[in-house]
Amino acid sequence: MHMADALISPAVGGAMWAATAGLIAYSSRKLALEADDKKIPLMGVTAAFVFAAQMINFTIPATGSSGHLGGGLILAVLLGPHAAFLAMASVLTVQALFFADGGLLALGCNIFNLGFFSCFIAYPLIFKPLAAATPTRGRIIGGSLLAAIVGLQLGAFGVVLETLLSGITALPFSTFVLLMQPIHLAIGIVEGLATAAVVLFVWQARPEIVAAAAQAKPVDALSQRKVLIGLAVATVLTGAILSWFASGQPDGLEWSMFKTSGHEELDAPAAGVHESLAGVQEKTALLPDYGFPASEEAGEAEEAEAWPAVNAGTSVAGLVGSLLTLTLAALIALALRRRRAVVVAGSR
Amino acid sequence: MGALDSRFFDLGAMDRLARQDTPLHRLDGRAKLLATLAFLVTVVSFDRYELSALIPFVVFPVALCLGGNVPGRWLWRKILLAAPFAVLIGMFNPLIDRQPLLTIGWWQVSGGWISFASILLRFALTVAAALALAAVTGFNNVCTALQRLGVPRVFVVQLLFLHRYLFVLVEETMRLVRARALRSFGRGTGLRAFGSLTGHLLLRTLDRAQRVHQAMSCRGFSGAMPALRPARFGGREIVFVLGWTSLFVALRCVNVSRWLGAAVLELWS
Repeated sequence: MHMADALISPAVGGAMWAATAGLIAYSSRKLALEADDKKIPLMGVTAAFVFAAQMINFTIPATGSSGHLGGGLILAVLLGPHAAFLAMASVLTVQALFFADGGLLALGCNIFNLGFFSCFIAYPLIFKPLAAATPTRGRIIGGSLLAAIVGLQLGAFGVVLETLLSGITALPFSTFVLLMQPIHLAIGIVEGLATAAVVLFVWQARPEIVAAAAQAKPVDALSQRKVLIGLAVATVLTGAILSWFASGQPDGLEWSMFKTSGHEELDAPAAGVHESLAGVQEKTALLPDYGFPASEEAGEAEEAEAWPAVNAGTSVAGLVGSLLTLTLAALIALALRRRRAVVVAGSR
Repeated sequence: MGALDSRFFDLGAMDRLARQDTPLHRLDGRAKLLATLAFLVTVVSFDRYELSALIPFVVFPVALCLGGNVPGRWLWRKILLAAPFAVLIGMFNPLIDRQPLLTIGWWQVSGGWISFASILLRFALTVAAALALAAVTGFNNVCTALQRLGVPRVFVVQLLFLHRYLFVLVEETMRLVRARALRSFGRGTGLRAFGSLTGHLLLRTLDRAQRVHQAMSCRGFSGAMPALRPARFGGREIVFVLGWTSLFVALRCVNVSRWLGAAVLELWS
């Protein structure tokens, strides 16, 4: 459920970056206050463990398919919420930079969806009270399952909200939710089982490891409330400021369309879409001279504004120009490459 | 498993690319990071039906690849590997959004197809830029740049540790998985075996963390990683960032593709 840059808007990406940056700063401060420099290599190596453990598959009971460990919850069980959040953030950063799993701009969203919910909600509110205080076999299995499911459901819902707020996809809310939540229910069950299996093994072999993370000092309520308020303010501010910029942009686009097309014909005939379509079908010319009306219904007003008026001539010009630009870029790249090859050959 | 093997093998390839010595590699990491962020924000800020205006943005990843000597074919393969999610979500646009937007002769293209193509193009551009950034900067320099831009030290050290031990643990895990495969003849992949296998790996990892900590304490580790190459944000870096950013702003305001196309059509007729 890594989100890609291509599906988010700057406002959403920026707001989630602000929220995530705040959480990272907060977690880092908490760790610095703990002043336990033993924890630093522990976090690094455990994050690498989560990466590596994803290579170990197991057969999902009663089905033919296989699953693997996801990460957020087991990190929280081993390290406690703050260190686990930083470790998860580092895993996602490396995935974004090296594997292109989720983009750089979407990194804030991804860290929030996959890190925040499992480390700061699912672990302290579900796993810890259920399983960490007085662990038994059943409690560990139940706590892991429930925490993993809740964490992933919240994360998947975050993906849905962020994607829809960005407005790049045409999926309606209900379809998207019905698509995402059941899939992530299944993933959550698998994740919970895998986490339970590992935690059970560690608890039986070295019980003190599971106990140590759970006994970390609880966060005092006041500072947490301050952080939450600060985060909310930062998120809303960034989103608002960036979306103000974004809504200012289409005008510039409109202006440049007018300017570059050089036509005044973008003023559309006052007919409905279907009428102009019927008119279009009669024309077989390469550059039919028509445009869509700007808006006809209130519901479609927003869409029509996003793409104010389409002139087929302008579109063809865009198409031809795009192909030309691509060809030009490719030619320049090829020429430069050949030159470099010559230089390298000559220098040897 | 083969796919994962090659993915991690590729991680080494990225590091090899980053160890080259070109003017672009010598540039301070902060400059490359800032220019890439400006690029990403500009590309993503376009309207969802925009296609032609996005194309000139190819210039940035192409320039990074050429300047940093990064093979284009390798980059393209990585982009394809990462594509499924964007394709999956974007695929619904042609099904839902059927309002025709573009007509070429008798051929009508619906808004859904245009926005789908736009998503794919954005995806290719943003992923290419991020990968090219990593390939011409290297992970350690990205981390140094992050720290100098104000990211907390604990998090930066965490990233460095993760990157260092990723290779070690991946190799160990590959040995574990191979050993299980050789002994179990396709069975032995149940949850219990998984728990013990992964649990053992975890215990070994924790012991390793303790040894690492002792070794580092002996060598005077105090929570910070010293950097070898002194970072300097000089004139070249300023020119790099300002040059690219102003180009992005210009491309955001002027649709070069359409302008070029209009000019050519004018000449032609």
